[in-house]
Amino acid sequence: MKTTNIMIVGVGGQGTLLASRLLGHILPGMGYDVKISEVHGMSQRGGSVVTFVRYGEKVASPIIEKGEADYIIAFEQLEASRWLSYLKKGGKLITSSQKIDPMPVITGACAYPDALPEKIKDAGVDIICADVLSLAEKAGSSKAVNVVLLGVFAKMIGIDPALFNDAIDCLVKEKFRELNKVAFELGYSVN
Amino acid sequence: MRKLLLGNEAVARGLYEHGCRIVSSYPGTPSTEITEFAATYDALYAEWAPNEKVAVETAIGASFGGARAFAAMKHVGLNVAADPVFTSSYTGINAGLIIAVADDPGMHSSQNEQDSRNYAIASKIPMLEPSDSTECRDFVGVAYEISEKFDTPVFLRLTTRIAHSQSLVELGERTDVGVKPFEKNPRKYVMTPANAIPKHTVVENRTAAIREWAENCSVNTVEDNGTSIGVIAAGTCYDYAKEALADKASYLKLGMVNPLPIKLIADFCAKYDKVYVIEELDPVIENHCKSNGFNVIGKEVFPLCGEINSSMIKEKILGEKTEIGASFTDLPVRPPVMCSGCPHRGMFYVLKKLGVFVNGDIGCYTLGGAAPLNAIDTTVCMGFSVAGLHGFLKANGESKKSVAVIGDSTFIHSGITGLINMAYNRSSGTVIVLDNSITGMTGHQQNPSTGVTLKGDMTTSVDLEALCKAVGINRVRVVDPQEINEVEKIVKEELEADEPSVIIARRPCVMIKKAVIKPPYRIDPDKCKKCKMCMKIGCPSLSVDPETGKVSVDKTLCVGCGLCKKLCKFDAICEN
Repeated sequence: MKTTNIMIVGVGGQGTLLASRLLGHILPGMGYDVKISEVHGMSQRGGSVVTFVRYGEKVASPIIEKGEADYIIAFEQLEASRWLSYLKKGGKLITSSQKIDPMPVITGACAYPDALPEKIKDAGVDIICADVLSLAEKAGSSKAVNVVLLGVFAKMIGIDPALFNDAIDCLVKEKFRELNKVAFELGYSVN
Repeated sequence: MRKLLLGNEAVARGLYEHGCRIVSSYPGTPSTEITEFAATYDALYAEWAPNEKVAVETAIGASFGGARAFAAMKHVGLNVAADPVFTSSYTGINAGLIIAVADDPGMHSSQNEQDSRNYAIASKIPMLEPSDSTECRDFVGVAYEISEKFDTPVFLRLTTRIAHSQSLVELGERTDVGVKPFEKNPRKYVMTPANAIPKHTVVENRTAAIREWAENCSVNTVEDNGTSIGVIAAGTCYDYAKEALADKASYLKLGMVNPLPIKLIADFCAKYDKVYVIEELDPVIENHCKSNGFNVIGKEVFPLCGEINSSMIKEKILGEKTEIGASFTDLPVRPPVMCSGCPHRGMFYVLKKLGVFVNGDIGCYTLGGAAPLNAIDTTVCMGFSVAGLHGFLKANGESKKSVAVIGDSTFIHSGITGLINMAYNRSSGTVIVLDNSITGMTGHQQNPSTGVTLKGDMTTSVDLEALCKAVGINRVRVVDPQEINEVEKIVKEELEADEPSVIIARRPCVMIKKAVIKPPYRIDPDKCKKCKMCMKIGCPSLSVDPETGKVSVDKTLCVGCGLCKKLCKFDAICEN
């Protein structure tokens, strides 16, 4: 069985680690070998962050390289574009339409590029771009974008949503569980 | 039970399962989580030490005292700890002793890319290198076995990709190992020249014996796939090679990277037409092979700098290139930045405004060197800012307008000795201690100034003001860095003084419980005059609308610190 490669990309502080840990909770239970590689330390401070999730019969490397990702789950438009070269031909990109200005844009050294989702689509990439932030806020917190995106992803690859509910019960603090379950459901309902 | 564990978490699991009792470390990416996870086991005593030298000395002392012991650090931390490490090689151990060191090829979160395997060779201490989380756990057991069999400390080397990757581990039970009695033995434990001279011979003989052991040990394995290509690799490079080449190559996987076997490698090299050594950073295995006359290919094709990956291996060895689809070039970069509400921001704004030469240090505040603040002029290592300032001022005839900035944890780690030097040798410099009540960059660890231990118990805390006064600094001021007018006044006054001074800028890190988080601020668009004064502080919550030219606040990021409001002359920034 071939290894499946999922990349989760975003801005440090957006909650990419929880997203990969929820997947990491579910995939071994489905009988897969799994490796997940995370970024800690300096780049977490508002920098561009990436997590690699790989699963299959036997996984050797913890890293996904350019042209190898089956799926990219992006928390932010610019980060979706930055990591696009990692998507394999025929791979799928799920991105939040959210924009977060990086420091060179804040300082005025350059502008935030226009119409990135459209440009990605024009390049022939299979892309889903959704207003995930609004859905997260609807669920009760802008911080829930991670779980909304996982909902969209679960629907796409056909993972049983009940498994995510179990994972949320195991990994999320009790007072945030219901919010995250609502957020997951909202993502799962996106067409 | 099978569980997905981070490499660092698996090392901690190994400590638990293999009877470790005492853990002492200083945080450093990518090693930090080992000790944090170790602290979750009741059977382990675990602590944060003030620096890596103290941590290793504590672990050596615990080993002498008869308990299996452990210390963890990042690669540059091993430089700090090197003194006790080298001589512990001579004394050997009583109970098993492991020193874990996490290297950072690619410098994801480090100031250099040194290869710790050189330390193993130089100190003549055996070194194991795991390639996944199961090995992280298991190699702890092997390391204690080697340590006690050969009377030596043992290094466990990780790299970022092993330390910070998760893979599946079948959990085991703890084997309790009792505390051994300490027997008085000056010839073993007292390293005066008379005792150390014979010990050096013991160490050389020990290395030869362990090298012999490495010829047939369980951690060095051969996988013969009947190919013409052979690969020698350890750690993460073995994973990359397997990913790239699968059964198109045969493998000699080295779980022990020092000392390296000779006959095992000779036999392996004899079997294949071409043998590649794949290793990140220095040609340690390659040099060993070549000095023993084995014909291997290494740094002729693989880089000395940065990380290796499986695409690179595929291309260099098989000549195959991965096809890359759509991609963008010239996108704005997204460097790490100080968080919204970071207490360091106000201080750096003032230092930039005053045009002060700033000796920086290692921590979140290193980010004060990035645009738009650009307020750091030097960064070398932990504690450098203070001693570096002293030397800088001596070179420049004590001319003013130079300061050191250093965090609370880094100041205790190795800034205090520099400050003693400034007092003793009559400097006139100003040291600014950025006291945010936590060790920030590594993920918020307690330290001797926070009043809480690693295990979460209340304890005594270092009184920074009293400490600075006790070493001979008469001028010690405390300020809230958010009060930028007060900060500016105090910095100016201390720069004018003709004796050394310390300014303690005290405000908790915005990421910890102590911090006060307020609702996000908002901009009154009718009052915003597009002057962009507030943009000078480089807050990630603020941006300029490209159409209107007016500033807006990202309500998902803003924590209501109010620093921007202090800079707005038009009252356009309002509390909600």
